[in-house]
This record gives sequence, structure tokens and C-alpha cells, in this order.
Amino acid sequence: MPNNKIYPVLEMKNICKGFAKPSGEALPVLSDISLTLQKGEILGLLGRSGSGKSTFLRITAGLISASSGEVRYCGKLLNGPEEGISVVFQTFALFPWLTVYENVQLGLDSLHLGTSEMHERVMSAIDLIGLDGFQSAYPRELSGGMRQRVGLARALVIHPTLLLMDEPFSALDVLTAEILRSDLMDLWTGHQLPPMSVLLVTHNIEEAVLMCDRIIILSSNPGRITAEIPVRLPHPRSRMDTRFQDVVDEIYSILTSRTTELIHAQIQTHGERVEPLPGVSTNLIEGFVETLANSPYNGKAELSELANELTLEIDDLFPIAETLYILKFADLREGEIKLTENGLLFAKGGTEERKKLFKYHLLEYLPLASHIKHVLDEREDHRAPRIRFQSELEDYMTQGRAERTLNAVIAWARYAELFSYDDNSRTFSIIPVSAHKA
Amino acid sequence: MQKGGLRYLRTLSWWDLLAILLILAIVIVFGSTAHQMTAPFAISEQPRISLSPWALPAYTLRTTIRMLIGLAASLLFTLIYATLAAKSRRAELLLLPILDVLQSVPVLGYLSFTTILFISLFPYTWLGPELAAIFAIFTAQAWNMTFSFYQALKTIPDDLDEASRCFRLTAWQRFWRLEVPFALPGLVWNMMMSMAGGWFFVVAAEAITVGRLRIILPGVGSYLAQAIATRDIPAVGWSIVAMAIAIILCDQLLFRPLVAWADNFRFEQAPVGATPKSWVIDLFRKARFIHLTVKPVRQGLQWIIRSRFSLSSARNQTAVTGVLKRRVTGFAWVMLLISALLYTGWKFFVFSQPELTLSDLGIVLENGGITLIRVIVLISLATLVWVPVGIIIGLRPRLSQQIQPVAQFLAAFPANLFFPIAVFFIVRFHLTPSIWLSPLMILGTQWYILFNVIAGASAFPGDLREAGAMLRVRGWNWWRKIMIPAVLPYYITGAITASGGAWNASIVSEIVNWGPTTLNGSGLGAYIAQMTTAGDYPRIALGIAVMSSFVITMNHLFWRPLYAFAARRTRLG
Repeated sequence: MPNNKIYPVLEMKNICKGFAKPSGEALPVLSDISLTLQKGEILGLLGRSGSGKSTFLRITAGLISASSGEVRYCGKLLNGPEEGISVVFQTFALFPWLTVYENVQLGLDSLHLGTSEMHERVMSAIDLIGLDGFQSAYPRELSGGMRQRVGLARALVIHPTLLLMDEPFSALDVLTAEILRSDLMDLWTGHQLPPMSVLLVTHNIEEAVLMCDRIIILSSNPGRITAEIPVRLPHPRSRMDTRFQDVVDEIYSILTSRTTELIHAQIQTHGERVEPLPGVSTNLIEGFVETLANSPYNGKAELSELANELTLEIDDLFPIAETLYILKFADLREGEIKLTENGLLFAKGGTEERKKLFKYHLLEYLPLASHIKHVLDEREDHRAPRIRFQSELEDYMTQGRAERTLNAVIAWARYAELFSYDDNSRTFSIIPVSAHKA
Repeated sequence: MQKGGLRYLRTLSWWDLLAILLILAIVIVFGSTAHQMTAPFAISEQPRISLSPWALPAYTLRTTIRMLIGLAASLLFTLIYATLAAKSRRAELLLLPILDVLQSVPVLGYLSFTTILFISLFPYTWLGPELAAIFAIFTAQAWNMTFSFYQALKTIPDDLDEASRCFRLTAWQRFWRLEVPFALPGLVWNMMMSMAGGWFFVVAAEAITVGRLRIILPGVGSYLAQAIATRDIPAVGWSIVAMAIAIILCDQLLFRPLVAWADNFRFEQAPVGATPKSWVIDLFRKARFIHLTVKPVRQGLQWIIRSRFSLSSARNQTAVTGVLKRRVTGFAWVMLLISALLYTGWKFFVFSQPELTLSDLGIVLENGGITLIRVIVLISLATLVWVPVGIIIGLRPRLSQQIQPVAQFLAAFPANLFFPIAVFFIVRFHLTPSIWLSPLMILGTQWYILFNVIAGASAFPGDLREAGAMLRVRGWNWWRKIMIPAVLPYYITGAITASGGAWNASIVSEIVNWGPTTLNGSGLGAYIAQMTTAGDYPRIALGIAVMSSFVITMNHLFWRPLYAFAARRTRLG
């Protein structure tokens, strides 16, 4: 065992990770990430979906390897899952055919322990995490909250040096997540947990501020570190605390400025029409714009406020805000969103006006939409296969993202009646589907 | 779990007695029968098959033992073959296509080859012919089990995979704690299906003639063959009764408990309404003494499963070989496979050169066409009948609960036991064999369509049904727009099995005997059967090859695209 006093628990240097495109080149998912995790620290890694934060966590767990850069765990190069690192999964990852007891015991199978010691450790982990009496239950008999408790007990039973948590509470309802979070923090601050360091990956800003000593913000496409915010509030932390709110607001404003910067940067580096688009439904856009246009906001609001009011997580909120920003229905600045003139018009209009306005904005501000329209106009039969655009996009983004981007454009174009798409033949056309089917 | 064992020490309950009796009975009965299977054998002295009904239980037992041995062999094969295919990309490239071909080769087709092979491997004992018959059962059972296990290995949920890697389980631990349990429900279901298919072939494999070699293995199949030879209708009836009892017993004593047990390994974590039950399992749960005696065994197994069996800890060395290097070796591997294939083809061509001519191929293709038309017509007819019936039954939960086991029983029942009865009528009323023999092909396999459609209709969401009712969709529209699309994927699953089974069955149903009378319906099945009787190996091989290609072509060009289409259409989101 290397000496923990000299080495930090985790040291990552210039981590890059890319996934291979069909053409053979690598698409970057993580770019040049360096960080250090000290003993006894809770480090938060905050980012939207697509920021590669789960990939990052899997690299630290040794589940996948980085394309370049080095990971050191207690001073030793990491290559593969290591004794002393455990993971709490977003989806719990419980084995349905094992009881609670057996699931927890699974963590110890790789250690060479005697039967009685094993039993003791399993029972004490079960006790600690509040699962007493549930030993013989199967996961399917448990509620989501209890399942994640099993996940926690299983991770803690090996007395980890490094605990990795992959959005551990995001699959739970708000109340259950709150209880689990505060139970865990009580154990942590009461020093009832084995001594360890924690890396928490999350997209929930408040969760990060509630739990972490330090928060690292990742930007998307590819994920890189944009900011590092120390949180020096004493535990237990309260959302009502103004200092707490200040940190939250600071994070929101970092996230918004990064979002807008990124959109401009992408247009500049790749030229037009290749930004990945969030798949936001037009219902959501309509609802959001209406809410924003009406009182109390009257066209302008703090994002953190909106998130609270509408109970939207950043993974819901930012895609909408981003869409409105790309389509120039709203402006984003320092954690604030403000409808543009046309945004206000959109809010007031009826269905027909909205569609017309939306169509105009698609053609004007979304190069991909106008590009597809243009291609269809040029062609004699006004039809084009999906694969044509898909492969264009895949030069710049992963296949999945290209697919989502194209689906987003299709949904918006259908709403605006700009062009139509037939999923059976996978072709775009500008004659309505119903007309040429008959 | 660990504690509290002492509490049970007190008494031997009545349940224990029952359970022990059950075990003893099975052991004694099987042991004594299995012993005879290895007795010395001389081709010249064939056993006489008695047509007395009292001889039947022993015959049935022998048949059943063959089935179970075949099943065990299939299971072993499945665990090894599918694991290899799923774990190594190279192996996968070779093993999957092989499996695809193997499962489309008519089982009875290569019985002639394997019989000779096993007899020469184990001369002078009954083991040779026995193994040949068991191998026929194995070939009927193994492939779909292997596919199911392979599928499961390929769809292990990411989070469980990562969890087991985080806990650094060794390959051995991972296999028993993650992979096998995850695959178990599907595997058990497929074993049940396999067993159902197997009865057909074991009956056919017990009495065969290859050229001058005539093999008769005591069993239901040879009993039936004897009954046919002597035109004994009551004996045919007795064999049907014996087989029915055997199938029901297997279901109750083996598969019900297995299904009920495998239900513990369902992956869905949400509780579901009805869990499968089995009185045998209940009995053993109540039998405390048995519990206590098997406890060391169970703990031993647990220990084996949890042992690491690996020198170094399972470290996934993510190989850092370059993309280019991987591609080059991958390409080399594919080229190697292709050349091996070409070589075999060439060898076969050279081997058959003096024997076979182009006109042989013509004859075989023509016969294949006849059988193809039969399969298409029969599947269409079965579809027209069983899809509506299945939908009507499936939408009535009460009824479908009663009908479903019956349909499964019918699918398991070896249809060849009914052939003599049909043939009797054809002979009696001078019907045209080429038309009236055809329905025999689908007699046993049509039930797959029925029970899959029932399953599909009973899984149809209640809200959609209610929506249809509220919108007053009726008559033809109700079928066309609501129910038929809803059950389509299920129907196709059933129809694939049914048509594959029909091809297989053609070998025994296109040409049949009734005493000295032979009815020849012509077709590829009849061709293979005739060549087998004549011992004409090149032509048997040609027939098999052509039949396999028909089946493979049909699967790839028709059924799979159709299934993909249906699955895509019925998916929401």
C-alpha cells in the first residue's frame, strides 16, 4: 500500500478521451482534464448531460481507460479497477437475484476475508446505512430510496479510500433524494464513515453546493474544466442561507456564459450548421416562453429562480434556454434569460402566428434547417435521404449526437411545417407525408 | 439465512417423506434403465419390440432418459459455446454463422451420418446407436438455447457489468454470479421449447434405416415403428397415451419447478402480478429435513461459485493496440475463414464429383420447390386460422390461462405419433398423397403460432384496447388497425419456429409407410428420406445442403426483415 500521507488520493493529469468515429478519427469527449483529490475531501464534478462527466468517473474507477493522460491513485498508476475504489451507481446496479445481504457481500468477494469477519462487515454496513431488517429482501421488494441505500452499503462495506458517486440521487424523487443526501452528510460530518475521499458527479447544482468542499464545473462538447469553486460553508448547509444562494447564482452565471460562448465558438470553428442541438419539444418551448412572458417575470428572469419555480433541473432548463438562444427568441447573460422582441411576439401569438414565426426563425437562424430546406428545394423530386445529412453531421459529432440533432430539427420543422420526414423510408421531403402516401 | 438452521432439526415431516420418496423413485427408475443402455450390442441381433401396452412404460422411460441426457448435453454445450462466442470477437465471427447454419440444417437429415459415426466410435455396445439418437436430440435442442444464452451475454446491463468489474470479480465469479443468473429465465424458457421440439426427433431417431444398417432402440419411437409395420392401430393409440403422460410428468416434475425457480432471476425489479408456481417446489420448501441435508451441498456450490479460480485478479487490460493493427488482424481472420469455407466447398465438390451431376441438383431444387410451396401454403393456412383464434383467446385472460398450457402441450407433443392415423385414412379413402400428406408437416408446429399470438394478445395494453372501444373501431378495421399490428412481432416469432419445424418435419411426413404400403408425397423431405434408406450419402448431403440453404434464405430474406419492420412499427419512442 503506498503511503497516503505523501500522495493525494487521486491525481489526474491531462486526461483526454475520444471515441472513434466511423472514419477512424477520434471525437473528443473529454479534453485535457487535470485535477487532484485530497484525502478527506468531497469534490463535486458538475456538468450538463453530454459533458462527459460519467465518462470521467469511469476513467477514475478504472472501468475505461483514457486516450491520453495519466491517472494516479494513491501515487500509483491506475490501470483497471483497484482495491479501495468503489462506485455508487445512478441506476443502483443491484443484482436482482441476490438479497440485500448478498448484494452487500458481493463487494467483499474479491477480498480474502474469513466468514465471520465478512459477516460482521456486511452487518455493520447494513446497520450504518439504515437497512436493518431488510437483509433477506430482494431488490425488487424495495423502494428506490432503499435500493440506493443498498448501493451505498455495498460501496462502503469494502472501506473504500475513494468513493465515486455517479449522480447517486438523480433517479430518486425529490423528497427521497433529500433524505438520503442528508443522512449521508450526517454520517460524514459525524465521522461515522470510514476515512475516505469522495468524488461526486452530478448535474444538480444545489446538491453539489450542499455536499461538496470544492466544485469543478465541466463544459460540454468536449468536456473540459471551466471553473473551480471552493465552497467554504459549514455543515449542515441550508438552502435558505444567503451565502448558499450566492454560490448557486455564481454557478448559474458561469454556466450561462459558457453556454453562449460555446455556441459562438462552435459556429466559428466548424462553420455553419454543425452545432449539436438539444432535443427540446416545441410544447416545452411554447410553455416556457409563455411562462417567461407572463407575470411575475414579464419576459425576464434569473435562471436559478426559474429552476426553483418550475422544478427544472439544469439538464431540463439549459437545453430550453439554449434552444431559445440559438433561435434568437431569447438572450442569455450572466444567469439571466430575457425574451427578445420576437420572443414576446411568439408568446402572444396564436397557433398560426407562432408557427409562422418559428418557421422564419428556423430558416434565418438555424443553418442546418435552411440547409436541408435548400437541398430539398434544389432536388427535382424534393426528397433527400436522411443518411445524407446524418453523415454530414457525423464529421463533427458522435453518431448518437448527430442522430439527436437531426431528430430535433425534424421535430421543429414538423411544427413549423417547413418540411416533412418519413421514418419508414427515412427520407426528407417537402410534400406532406399524407399527400404522397395516398 | 445463515442462522436458524437448528430450529429445523426437530422433526422429519410428512413433506420430507414425500420428497424423499419422489427422489428415490426417480433415481431407481432412471438408474436401472440407464444401465441397460450400455449393454453389448451386435448389429445382427436387434431387440424385439413388444407391442403389449405393458411394455410401454419402460419404453417411454428410455425415450425420456435420452431426452434428458440430450438436454444436459445441450446445456453444457450452450454454456461453453455461447460464452466463447460472446467473449471473443474473433470466435464470434466464426461461431455465430456456424450456429446460424446448424440451426437451419434439418435434424433428421444428418442422422444418417451421425449414426454411422457413433457406431464406428463405439463398436459392439449399445452406446453407439444410443449416442446417435441422443445426438439427434441434442441437435434439435442446443441451438436455440445457445442463441438465447448468447443474446443474454450480449445484453448484460451496463451498470451490473460495471459493478461486477468494480468489485473485481474474476471471470469465474462473474460467470456464475452475473452472467448465468441474468440469462437464466430466458434459458429455462428455451430449454422448455427445446424439450418440446426434441420429442419429435427422439421418436423419429429411435428406429432408422441407413442403407443396409437397421437400428432399433427400445423406446416409444421404435414401438410406434413396430405398430406401423404391423398395422396395429390400438398400439398407435397406446403410444400416444404413454407419450402424453411422459410429457405431462416432465412438465410437472422438471419444468414447472425450473420456471418457478428461474423467476427469482427476472431482471425487472418491479414486482409483477402472477409469479409462476410449482407444487414440487412447494413440497421441497416444506420438507425441512431435505432442506437440512442439502444445505452442505448448497453451501458447497455457493463456495465454488464464489471462489475466485484465478491467479491474478481479473484486470481488464484494456488493450492499447492501434486501430490499424486491429483492423489488419481482423481482416486476416476474415480472409482465413473465407478460404477455409472455399476449401471445404471445393473438397465437397471433388468428393461428390463422380457421383453427382447437374441433373441431380436440378431434381433436388425441383423437390425443394415443391416443399417450399407446401411450407408457404401451410403456414398461410395456419396463420389464417390461428391468428384470429389466438387473438380472441388472448384478449380473455381467464380463457387464455386455461388454453395456454394446452397449446404448449400440443406443441410439445410429437406429431409423428399421429401420422399413422392420418395415413390410415389416406390409404382407406384413396386420397392423393401429395396433397393430403402435406398437413402432417405442420401438425406439430402450428401450435407455436397459436401460443405466441395468445401471448401477444394478452400482453396488449388495456388502455389501447379501451381506446379502440371508445373510438368504436369495429369489424375489419379493428383487426387491421389494432390487433394484427399489435401481435405481429409475436406472430412472427411463432411463425419462424413453425416454418423451421415444418421443413424439419418434411423428412418424416412427405414419405410415410403403413405396413407394406408406402405413400410418397414427393418433395425435398421425401428425397432425403429415400436417399437415407438407400444409404446414398452424396445425395443425402446434397439434399441437406439445399434444404439448409432454403431455410437460411427464407430466414434472412423474409422473416428477419419482417420482424425488424414489425418491431420498429410497434415500438413507441
